[in-house]
Amino acid sequence: MSNLVLDVKNLDVTYPAAGFGKKPFKALHNINIQVGQAETLGLVGESGSGKTTLGRAILGLAPVSAGTIEFLGKDISHATRKDRRALSRDLQVVFQDPYTSLNPSMEIGQILAEPLQIQGLGEAEAKRRIAELLDQVGLPSDALNRLPREFSGGQRQRVAIARALALSPKLIVCDEPVSALDLTTQARILDLFLQIQKDTGVSYLFVSHDLDVVRHISHRVAVMYKGEIVEQGPSAQVTVNPTHPYTQRLLMASPVPDPDRQEKRRVERKHLLEQQARELQSQG
Amino acid sequence: MSTSTAAATHGSAIVRKSLFKRLVANPMGATTGVFLLLVVIIAFIAPLIAGFDPAATDTNNLMTAPGGAHLLGTDSAGRDVLARIFFGAQTTLISAVLVVVTSIAIGVPTGLVAGYYGGKFDGIASWIANMLMSLPSIIVLLAVRAALGPSIFVSMVVFGILIAPGFYRLTRTAVMSVRNELYVDAAKVSGLSDVRIIAKHIFTVVRAPIVIQAAMISGIAISIQSGLEFLGLGDSSMISWGVMLNEGFRNIFVNPLLVLWPGIVISLTIGSFALFGNAMRDALEDSQKISAKNKKRSDASAAASFAVAETEVPADADKHLLTVGHLSVGYPQGDGSLKKVVSDVSFFVDKGEVLGIVGESGSGKSQTAFSILGLLPSNAKIASGHILFEGSELVSATEGAISQQAMTQFRGKRIAYIPQEPMSNLDPSFTIGYQLVRPMTEVLGISKKEAKARAIGLLETVGINNPERVFKSYPHEVSGGMAQRVLIAGAVSCEPDLLIADEPTTALDVTVQAEVLDLLRDLQKRLGMGMVLVTHNFGVVADLADRVVVMQYGRVVETGDVRSILRNPQEEYTQVLLSSMLEGKTPMTMLTGNAKEQ
Repeated sequence: MSNLVLDVKNLDVTYPAAGFGKKPFKALHNINIQVGQAETLGLVGESGSGKTTLGRAILGLAPVSAGTIEFLGKDISHATRKDRRALSRDLQVVFQDPYTSLNPSMEIGQILAEPLQIQGLGEAEAKRRIAELLDQVGLPSDALNRLPREFSGGQRQRVAIARALALSPKLIVCDEPVSALDLTTQARILDLFLQIQKDTGVSYLFVSHDLDVVRHISHRVAVMYKGEIVEQGPSAQVTVNPTHPYTQRLLMASPVPDPDRQEKRRVERKHLLEQQARELQSQG
Repeated sequence: MSTSTAAATHGSAIVRKSLFKRLVANPMGATTGVFLLLVVIIAFIAPLIAGFDPAATDTNNLMTAPGGAHLLGTDSAGRDVLARIFFGAQTTLISAVLVVVTSIAIGVPTGLVAGYYGGKFDGIASWIANMLMSLPSIIVLLAVRAALGPSIFVSMVVFGILIAPGFYRLTRTAVMSVRNELYVDAAKVSGLSDVRIIAKHIFTVVRAPIVIQAAMISGIAISIQSGLEFLGLGDSSMISWGVMLNEGFRNIFVNPLLVLWPGIVISLTIGSFALFGNAMRDALEDSQKISAKNKKRSDASAAASFAVAETEVPADADKHLLTVGHLSVGYPQGDGSLKKVVSDVSFFVDKGEVLGIVGESGSGKSQTAFSILGLLPSNAKIASGHILFEGSELVSATEGAISQQAMTQFRGKRIAYIPQEPMSNLDPSFTIGYQLVRPMTEVLGISKKEAKARAIGLLETVGINNPERVFKSYPHEVSGGMAQRVLIAGAVSCEPDLLIADEPTTALDVTVQAEVLDLLRDLQKRLGMGMVLVTHNFGVVADLADRVVVMQYGRVVETGDVRSILRNPQEEYTQVLLSSMLEGKTPMTMLTGNAKEQ
């Protein structure tokens, strides 16, 4: 793969001990992932699996204790804040909670202007770019002078997406960007993500606990379990015919919206769990 | 840089403007604000309006009564009292400003740094703050006077240092609560320097509490300053209210009025600062208070709406386990109107049947569930309709609010509840065992021993492998899935006829959700319970429900058998909801360029 955007090799993240005499907490162990240009890597796992930590490590918000994170061919695993400022042009983020990811006392216009100003864009140019962004994420232009609390969850997430897009980044880390949203809103926001990728060729590292969401948006999927990646491959394979026992359990656990098909799935899930228990016994 | 600071001040101006409006709208804020403004103006223009030299003695006019040329009379040296009050305001305000500026200059920056970075600096700064707070300030001030002379301004600066820990702690706590907010992370990702993150994103949060605290501290500063001078520890050659009080007190038997005038201005000023601080806090809280007058009006309008909407109890109500008929729930608003969150909702649940209520946020599904349980907030009004349990009335509009007495007959005994957030529904300070046993001894009237045996049996029933250990555990020692099992055990402990489950699996991981759904289905079948399942997830509905109610904006959109609703929805909204499901859809990934080749 020649035009690799992100290349994570043997990454470990260890949080220092929380108190005297306590062991440091190893959140991630030996992570290897790659994201190509205009590609979406879905990262799926349950709470505590380390999927969010991986996203945060790439953004420089979690301590890297071993391994490397290469972004556009440059090692950024220990980038300083000054390096980050240069990096932010190409590496951006959309967080899960649209309620706390926007400063409640700043107007939408100011929120969107912030990344542009850091990069030294002039006022007129910033204004033009912000108007373009609002249009791109489907927000009315009068949103500029309003505060985040005047918007619904879905609209706030649009603002967060616009902020991430402001500098035309190469990679956006999306940390559960749709899980706080209603079903209909979720579908619209996912469509927006896809449309933006089509238009701009941006890559996504898309973190989610929802296998359906990940299947919908990702080209490739990595499954995380207890701080490690247990399975990785093309979306169609991992999310439909998984090989790792955990992914199989995850797939079977998600209920389908039809009573009869769900009943069938329940039976299949029961068989799967029994079979896995038997295998575990014969191994142990 | 300059553009960004301009933007920041622009933003705060908007906040301040609305704050100012709210402050003026509050009579307490307006009166005290005007009084304090008056004191400031008088201090500035004292030389213009005093009419007399406040230090000029006049031995011909000692302690004259109020009236005449000397409006408030003269003191023991024949000086004009009113002029001294006017000039004294200067000293008082300078003292207050000195204390506030010193304590803010020390407390706020250290608090910002300690709160944002934590670590060693935080440890040392907090230690110093604790030490300063443990010093008796009056004794320190006496020592300062002995060492540095009687200047009240020096004493005030020292007092400012002593009181700085108040600002330090306030700032530190406020900063700590926001430093992990996602918008701070987003700023870090943008490469903003720490100084700019603090100035732009964090300082806005602490600004309001600092202003309130400053008003309070000003009051305290004035009382300390006047107190010191009253005790004769100030500089008696200065013109200030405290010195006047001291002087008046020495002559209290000759002319008690000399104590009265400075006493009045001191109390009014201190009181105004304290009340102004309170008014500012109220204004910042921005809570929409319903005045007594408006409340009456909304009660009346609510009453009027039941009169219209009063409905006949259907004849077949006692055939169903639960009947909800034409239920409307609303919240009184500040302008006296009633904001309806549930309007005209009707459905029923039969014995042993699972009814799914589906909808998005704001659809009123949880409010409906809470009205069945009688757990609506106390300001909620049942505007119309009724809820019947086996034909007897749980809630009716004639009462307006829910009769808690009628509820206790059923709640916990025949109607049980499973909440959305398992962790916040267990009390962290009691063991799980205690929380299971207590309701059983209360409701069923069995002994503690019996209840314990039963609780352990229940924990086993809900699929907990080591029930003895979980029984002794505290809530924080178990996982979320385990906590939900414990709550389910608690809910079924009294073998209820009706179970209300409000998003019972939303907070859980998918694999744990599947297990909890299995458990619920199993228990529901085994105990023959009726169940109201509130959820936003059609998968969960398909898994458990027999019939479905679809809600939107507080109204029922569609009701029907689970298969007909999920397969052939009639209403457009249901169709939209179902089409938003991603399960089984062709992935929409537009395989572009490079990704396709991989």
